[in-house]
Amino acid sequence: MNARPLLQAEHLHKEYKLPRGQTLRALDDVSLTVMQGETLGLVGESGCGKSTLGRCLLRLTDLSSGDIVFEGRNISALSERALRPIRRRMQMVFQDSYASLNPRRRIGDLIAEPLRVHPDNEGRKRSAADITARLDELMSLVGLPQSALARYPHEFSGGQRQRINIARALALSPQLVVADEPVSALDVSIQAQIVNLFTDLRERLGLTYVFIAHDLAVVRQISTRVAVMYLGAIVEIGDTDTVLHNPAHPYTAALISAVPEPVIRHDAQRSLLRGDVPSPVSPPSGCRFHTRCPQAQPRCSAETPELRDFGDARQAACHFPLGLSA
Amino acid sequence: METQTAASAPSPSRASVPGPWRMAGRSLTANRSAMTALAALMLVTFACLLAPFYAGDVARTDPFTSNVAGSFMLGGQEVDIMQPNDNPLHLGLSPVGPTWNPSAYMLGADSQGRDVAARLLYGGRNSLLISFSAALVCIAIATVVGVSAGFFGGFVDTALSRLMDIMWAVPVYLFAISLSIVTISQGLKIGPFTIESDNLLIPIFIIALVYVPYAARPIRGRVMALRNAEFVMAARSLGVPQHRILLRDIVPNVSTTLVVLTPLLTALALLAESALSFLSIGVQAPAASWGTIIQDGEGLIYTRPMVAIAPGLAIVIVVLALNILGDGLRDALDVRETSRRGA
Repeated sequence: MNARPLLQAEHLHKEYKLPRGQTLRALDDVSLTVMQGETLGLVGESGCGKSTLGRCLLRLTDLSSGDIVFEGRNISALSERALRPIRRRMQMVFQDSYASLNPRRRIGDLIAEPLRVHPDNEGRKRSAADITARLDELMSLVGLPQSALARYPHEFSGGQRQRINIARALALSPQLVVADEPVSALDVSIQAQIVNLFTDLRERLGLTYVFIAHDLAVVRQISTRVAVMYLGAIVEIGDTDTVLHNPAHPYTAALISAVPEPVIRHDAQRSLLRGDVPSPVSPPSGCRFHTRCPQAQPRCSAETPELRDFGDARQAACHFPLGLSA
Repeated sequence: METQTAASAPSPSRASVPGPWRMAGRSLTANRSAMTALAALMLVTFACLLAPFYAGDVARTDPFTSNVAGSFMLGGQEVDIMQPNDNPLHLGLSPVGPTWNPSAYMLGADSQGRDVAARLLYGGRNSLLISFSAALVCIAIATVVGVSAGFFGGFVDTALSRLMDIMWAVPVYLFAISLSIVTISQGLKIGPFTIESDNLLIPIFIIALVYVPYAARPIRGRVMALRNAEFVMAARSLGVPQHRILLRDIVPNVSTTLVVLTPLLTALALLAESALSFLSIGVQAPAASWGTIIQDGEGLIYTRPMVAIAPGLAIVIVVLALNILGDGLRDALDVRETSRRGA
């Protein structure tokens, strides 16, 4: 794999001010690097901040603090106008394939929109013929018939609409695509098709993905690296195989054992979590996971664990990592 | 859900696909009560447009000058417009009652001897013109206010919304009456332009103004919902400039709200116009509107009730039809609902 970093996020914080003077910490000191050509899976329970992180990485939501460096340029403080030329290098696919398409515009119009507002590589406005040619190219890329261009979003199924969203995201040939749970709203059979489409496009176009999901099976299939989030922070990050087969963080282990398996393994120890995710308005002291952690020790509630390197291309934030000496 | 639509969605053979507007049109034409209401409205409008023809060629009367000494022919006999009062408690004369003969004071005469039927049609022209224009002006202003407040948020939103709240806190009719009394008594001078007190622009703009908060509020709400819609975020992530998002993504989705509001506001404006004219601060004599005719009929309510009943019924029919049409439009234009039903 090419080792050049495409996107670096450092110490991202995102806070929401709530009424009565409270603050909700959606992101609490998140740092990560996305390498050129890799697919970084972002997993965690709903409400853990993975969508917020995805949106912050693309500057769709404003950060409270932190830096984002994309292709060597710090974009965290750029204005919306200054961001516009950079936007075509980074794109997003949303979870709700219907809500992310304007219901009153035809598919062709929707996909042509980025082509109309961005000049081509020579800095010229694209001609109508160029746009039509590109639309045809995109439709065959995502496996939809040309006739779909004249139709409206509501005429398509969820899977087809997600193909339309992907076509629109790819219209400007971006480097980075952030996919925010692109398959969670789809039927399982359709999920596989869309995940395969993502994989196929990555191979053909050399794309880099940040793939957000709560379904570990999907993440395992597509990601080269995985970051596990809990309550607005990354608790473990590393190569997919390492993290998912040999988790260091008790939360990762719990997530993995919560995946339903077709064959019941009697020897397997399931570590099921009790209780609810604590409120991000008042996160627990020390390790944010200690309230639900089966391995929790007194030290965990006093001292916040940092992300530590374990030498196997993986980092985890735990005082007492599983299967590894501390 | 998935398999069902996957099978029914793209059939490449059909060349032109009906857009959301055409689909709404189809849904509206299938709505029988909305179509009845539309037919009634068109009938009334058409009849009112033919007012000069009726007055000149059918009734052969002058609906604007008083004619207390006149007479007309009915069934070969000459009949006085003003007749001795048949009510034992009232002395003096009362106007002729309805003859139900289109060419001879069909709905009777008012206290000045003018043909009520002809005045009803002329009055309808003014009432409909004022209420429809007022609704359009109102929606135009409310769109600017509501879209700016909803899209820009922050200070713009706070300022505009509080202004709307203050306006809405004043009772609509009281507000309209106050504005009308001032402008009707003095006329209106705006720079080099002077608007005379009998100009219809005065009631149009006053009614439009007082209903701006009523229309701006739902528009603002819709825009705020749209601003946070995922397709607007998608447009931002594509690098679409803000003004283009506003024009291409937000305004087209607000237009359905505007279309639904138009008949409802026209109905409200018609009621307001009638009220103002009834109080002599809307359409000015000798011109007629349904409100002024009701006022004319007020004094005759015991002897010749038709003078007040006819315009009253006209108002009821038009307002009812407009409201039914508005409901029909709302059902037909609910994109989300129809599409979810399809999906």
